[in-house]
Amino acid sequence: MAAVLESLLREEVSVAAVVRWIARSTQGSEDNAGEAAALSSLRALRKEFVPFLLNFLREQSSRVLPQGPPTPAKTPGASAALPGRPGGPPRGSRGARSQLFPPTEAQSTAAEAPLARRGGRRRGPGPARERGGRGLEEGVSGESLPGAGGRRLRGSGSPSRPSLTLSDPPNLSNLEEFPPVGSVPPGPTGTKPSRRINPTPVSEERSLSKPKTCFTSPPISCVPSSQPSALDTSPWGLGLPPGCRSLQEEREMLRKERSKQLQQSPTPTCPTPELGSPLPSRTGSLTDEPADPARVSSRQRLELVALVYSSCIAENLVPNLFLELFFVFQLLTARRMVTAKDSDPELSPAVLDSLESPLFQSIHDCVFFAVQVLECHFQAMMGQLSAACSHSHFVRLFQKQLLQMCQSPGGAGGTVLGEAPDVLSMLGADKLGRLWRLQERLMAPQSSGGPCPPPTFPGCQGFFRDFILSASSFQFNQHLMDSLSLKIQELNGLALPQHEPNDEDGESDVDWQGERKQFAVVLLSLRLLAKFLGFVAFLPYRGPEPPPTGELQDSILALRSQVPPVLDVRTLLQRGLQARRAVLTVPWLVEFLSFADHVVPLLEYYRDIFTLLLRLHRSLVLSQESEGKMCFLNKLLLLAVLGWLFQIPTVPEDLFFLEEGPSYAFEVDTVAPEHGLDNAPVVDQQLLYTCCPYIGELRKLLASWVSGSSGRSGGFMRKITPTTTTSLGAQPSQTSQGLQAQLAQAFFHNQPPSLRRTVEFVAERIGSNCVKHIKATLVADLVRQAESLLQEQLVTQGEEGGDPAQLLEILCSQLCPHGAQALALGREFCQRKSPGAVRALLPEETPAAVLSSAENIAVGLATEKACAWLSANITALIRREVKAAVSRTLRAQGPEPAARGERRGCSRACEHHAPLPSHLISEIKDVLSLAVGPRDPDEGVSPEHLEQLLGQLGQTLRCRQFLCPPAEQHLAKCSVELASLLVADQIPILGPPAQYRLERGQARRLLHMLLSLWKEDFQGPVPLQLLLSPRNVGLLADTRPREWDLLLFLLRELVEKGLMGRMEIEACLGSLHQAQWPGDFAEELATLSNLFLAEPHLPEPQLRACELVQPNRGTVLAQS
Amino acid sequence: MILTKAQYDEIAQCLVSVPPTRQSLRKLKQRFPSQSQATLLSIFSQEYQKHIKRTHAKHHTSEAIESYYQRYLNGVVKNGAAPVLLDLANEVDYAPSLMARLILERFLQEHEETPPSKSIINSMLRDPSQIPDGVLANQVYQCIVNDCCYGPLVDCIKHAIGHEHEVLLRDLLLEKNLSFLDEDQLRAKGYDKTPDFILQVPVVMLCPLAVEGHIIHWIESKASFGDECSHHAYLHDQFWSYWNRFGPGLVIYWYGFIQELDCNRERGILLKACFPTNIVTLCHSIA
Repeated sequence: MAAVLESLLREEVSVAAVVRWIARSTQGSEDNAGEAAALSSLRALRKEFVPFLLNFLREQSSRVLPQGPPTPAKTPGASAALPGRPGGPPRGSRGARSQLFPPTEAQSTAAEAPLARRGGRRRGPGPARERGGRGLEEGVSGESLPGAGGRRLRGSGSPSRPSLTLSDPPNLSNLEEFPPVGSVPPGPTGTKPSRRINPTPVSEERSLSKPKTCFTSPPISCVPSSQPSALDTSPWGLGLPPGCRSLQEEREMLRKERSKQLQQSPTPTCPTPELGSPLPSRTGSLTDEPADPARVSSRQRLELVALVYSSCIAENLVPNLFLELFFVFQLLTARRMVTAKDSDPELSPAVLDSLESPLFQSIHDCVFFAVQVLECHFQAMMGQLSAACSHSHFVRLFQKQLLQMCQSPGGAGGTVLGEAPDVLSMLGADKLGRLWRLQERLMAPQSSGGPCPPPTFPGCQGFFRDFILSASSFQFNQHLMDSLSLKIQELNGLALPQHEPNDEDGESDVDWQGERKQFAVVLLSLRLLAKFLGFVAFLPYRGPEPPPTGELQDSILALRSQVPPVLDVRTLLQRGLQARRAVLTVPWLVEFLSFADHVVPLLEYYRDIFTLLLRLHRSLVLSQESEGKMCFLNKLLLLAVLGWLFQIPTVPEDLFFLEEGPSYAFEVDTVAPEHGLDNAPVVDQQLLYTCCPYIGELRKLLASWVSGSSGRSGGFMRKITPTTTTSLGAQPSQTSQGLQAQLAQAFFHNQPPSLRRTVEFVAERIGSNCVKHIKATLVADLVRQAESLLQEQLVTQGEEGGDPAQLLEILCSQLCPHGAQALALGREFCQRKSPGAVRALLPEETPAAVLSSAENIAVGLATEKACAWLSANITALIRREVKAAVSRTLRAQGPEPAARGERRGCSRACEHHAPLPSHLISEIKDVLSLAVGPRDPDEGVSPEHLEQLLGQLGQTLRCRQFLCPPAEQHLAKCSVELASLLVADQIPILGPPAQYRLERGQARRLLHMLLSLWKEDFQGPVPLQLLLSPRNVGLLADTRPREWDLLLFLLRELVEKGLMGRMEIEACLGSLHQAQWPGDFAEELATLSNLFLAEPHLPEPQLRACELVQPNRGTVLAQS
Repeated sequence: MILTKAQYDEIAQCLVSVPPTRQSLRKLKQRFPSQSQATLLSIFSQEYQKHIKRTHAKHHTSEAIESYYQRYLNGVVKNGAAPVLLDLANEVDYAPSLMARLILERFLQEHEETPPSKSIINSMLRDPSQIPDGVLANQVYQCIVNDCCYGPLVDCIKHAIGHEHEVLLRDLLLEKNLSFLDEDQLRAKGYDKTPDFILQVPVVMLCPLAVEGHIIHWIESKASFGDECSHHAYLHDQFWSYWNRFGPGLVIYWYGFIQELDCNRERGILLKACFPTNIVTLCHSIA
């Protein structure tokens, strides 16, 4: 078997001949005699060749694909290369596998041309931009390969485990990650949302616990190479004619190979690495290495094997196409391996061309091989997917892979989802992570293409784009569009958490992290899928630059308007706006539209969409912040993506400027539900920067200004503080911090996992509680201060108080600085609370030292969490609370002055048995209605009842338990009406027949009771001036004979009790004269006025004097 | 006071085209002496409101308004002290307070240059002394104090009743040692639609004939009678929302309800006419 390969490598036989030899049992006529001779001797082995080849490749790649050896040698070139390549090749090409090597002609035309043409007119050459705008030569040549960051596969859902920076590529036979096609109903309802939201993280443990069984499936069986003794029972050794020389040779070779590998590493390096259990620190020490075509060890040999391999694939000689495809992908995305040169010193150049030497000696080889295979056979492979189900299966794989690879850090523009970069871990345990970041910064282009870069496919995305272009398979594209549309609809309709103000607002911010993360994952997935959908959907229409004009345009428009959209994005947009989910829908829609061709914006369907987007854009006024409206960062995100979209060359400028006056009030607001995603704080700054990296241009601009450099070649100054291991020593604080973090990691390492979980849980909860506590104490105190300051302000400035906004500013400027205390208080809180919680949750038997360390770590983590939140948000929180307090105070001061007055509660002994206010209002209303009439002859009230009623009123007013201000107001008004009716003697009295009038003494007693109630018991204002309203005074007009004495009595008492001022009464009496009265009534009224006015300001004696003046009424008065 | 549908229908039947006056109420009480006055008043008020909602439009045609206004003017010219407006309202089967508003609006349209604003009208109805015409002021006042279903006084009474029952419920909860969050606290937390009380720890209400009890997370106090119309509106606007957000809960119709409406117990909305007595709290003690 090996002999066949050997002869192939020695170029004794051609690839074609070998393939023919495998494929057909008989020799073809094309074969030349020499080849035939060479191959005919091996006829017995023909059937075994393909398994051999496949296993050979697996075997050869085993050092790359499984978990690496525990102490991988850092390739000497890798770290040296970093500083040697300042500002190295631009970021855009990182990880774009098909561009790792100088593109073949065929590929460059297929993959690059359309984009180059597309981006050409306004933006300059597209590909150059994609690569960071650093010029075509550098970007395209790709000679020096950038860091493999782009190919880094990290579990995208595991931001909480920053130390695990590497993992295997997805395991195709893992049923969790790739369920069988038939087993999962493709409908959106049939799946658990949670699985859909989070792309399955490709974690290390998983790949360890589930070996790559995909490669052991029959008929190709894996060598159980972890046990060399088992070699003899190797399935692929069975069934061969015994004593076959070549087989013996092969076994010998394999033994050699294995011993080499065993020497290289104590851990078995076969594809079934159950025994390998790499520790976090170990995994952390692995480095990535950029693939470099110049460093491919034996190019010719690789090319040949690749050719044979791809021919086998092309001829359907391999059992499972996808498996092979997956394998190639794995090679393509491999990130590290032991360099054979380092570990195998006896390897001489002489053996390089034979099978004695490993086929893949470096990552360069792997990548080169994979690219060779892919170059040869993308199209061929597509051609093989004849059945529709194969296409759909493949598309599923493609989509899954796309999501996993491009969302992993360093993939799509390379940002870890969720957590902000953790400085501590950067400095501490994860030194290599730090180096990696440094490398990232060095490698990253200095400018991402200006503030408005054209749409690009950064990182891994480039590979997928190139795949689509290279495959150029109509079926594949159609299936891909179907699948992407479905997935987009599914994700877009996902019920994301609504903003449930479960806790007070401030603290909920802390607890919202999880939801935010979920939202970010969904949003980024949607954007990615939509981008590819847009790319594929508009691909056939993207043509030469200038958009067609005139008749041509008309005909194209007519034609295109007949084509149904690949996905009904207009409806999705409308629904999204209505449901207040714009913050989810619009960003992906923008990605989709960014790939539209020039005709698209002219189509009515899409024109509608653009109009809607324009209206949305206009409605998002950042300064208009109010409750029930969109959150600020949500708005900012939408503005950023929309702004970016409007600048894309294919979107005509006049669309934005000439769009006929979009209604500024965005009408969908009115029909929207009260709470949608838009109102929830789902976007954070990080998501904003992830989605719109170009926002960072602003910072760069400012930074370059600060550093005094305008930046050469369009780039901006990027200042890198050199950090090396040695220099850390010079910074004691950082060192100790780093050491502490390292120690903490180490501490947890040998403790049960529950300890770590407990500590993290405690830190998480205490941190959150701390914020709540600060809000309930410090912030609440500040709000109280604000309220009293505001009261002072209102007193000094009078009722108006000035402009509320201005007041708020004044208060905030006074109070916000106090927010600085929050950090100290927070630290103190965490210090106080965390240890107890840790102690309570850990087993009693935990050793003291472990316990105290756990406590300290919990304190540290909780403090970190709380202080991070507080320092970022405390000012905004105080501001918001003070704002609410101000509006509360101003409202209370407004229409209801009664609410301002200080209210007394019930007395301590009150048992709240007083009659209910509603009952009293109702009773008094009945009396009023009786008095006003109409009434039946037998209707009336008894004087006792009236007295009882007023007594009850007193009780009710003294028990405040059930009394609300409006009820008190009405009671006050009714009591005044009642007094007026008493004065006018209008209340029908039940009693001995014919006595329909209240006795004067009784009336006066009742009036006294009322006066006392007004004076003592009403806490709100009583509208006493109504006593002198024309309507109430007019009641007297109907009485015969008219009795003025009660009115006069009442007025005097009012003055005496200080309930009304003399001046006030005089004014009321004065205005009464202006009303129209019957002649005699007006006269009597004038007399009353004169009487009242004539009284000197002295009380009792003068009262009697006046009685003398009016003897007829004086007698009545004297009775009192 | 829980009524069967039949009992309720009997009462409602007696209320057809009865004017909302003191006298009508008195008659109703005599007719149903066994029912509580508050329940009767509540049913009366609701039935009357339904009636007004049905007929409201016909009183608001410009022809109707004009004819009422003319009749009012003719009436007061004859005798300003007679209950012209009240009689007119009773005659045309319209609420006196609403008739007063109608005529007042019409009057102000005639006498003011600008059409009167709603707030001015409301203010005049609250305090008829502000009405520039003395006769009209008296007429309006008479309508308002004689109307037991509409008008500012009735509104205030209804509001007060609602408030009082909430306070009552709060006291009962405190007495039973059930900790809760009230509407104000919930609003301060940003909820826009909240029941009167949310129990911080849910309780189980045992039912006399049922083995298992009903979990209660929230309690809503309704100081009215639960008839079909209002209950369905509340279910739609409030109760199901609460249920959705907070789980099963209890509605107390202090003035009773139609028995047949208490059909959502299993689904999580219980009706009671008073505070439940047999409550089991989490510590398994019977309250």
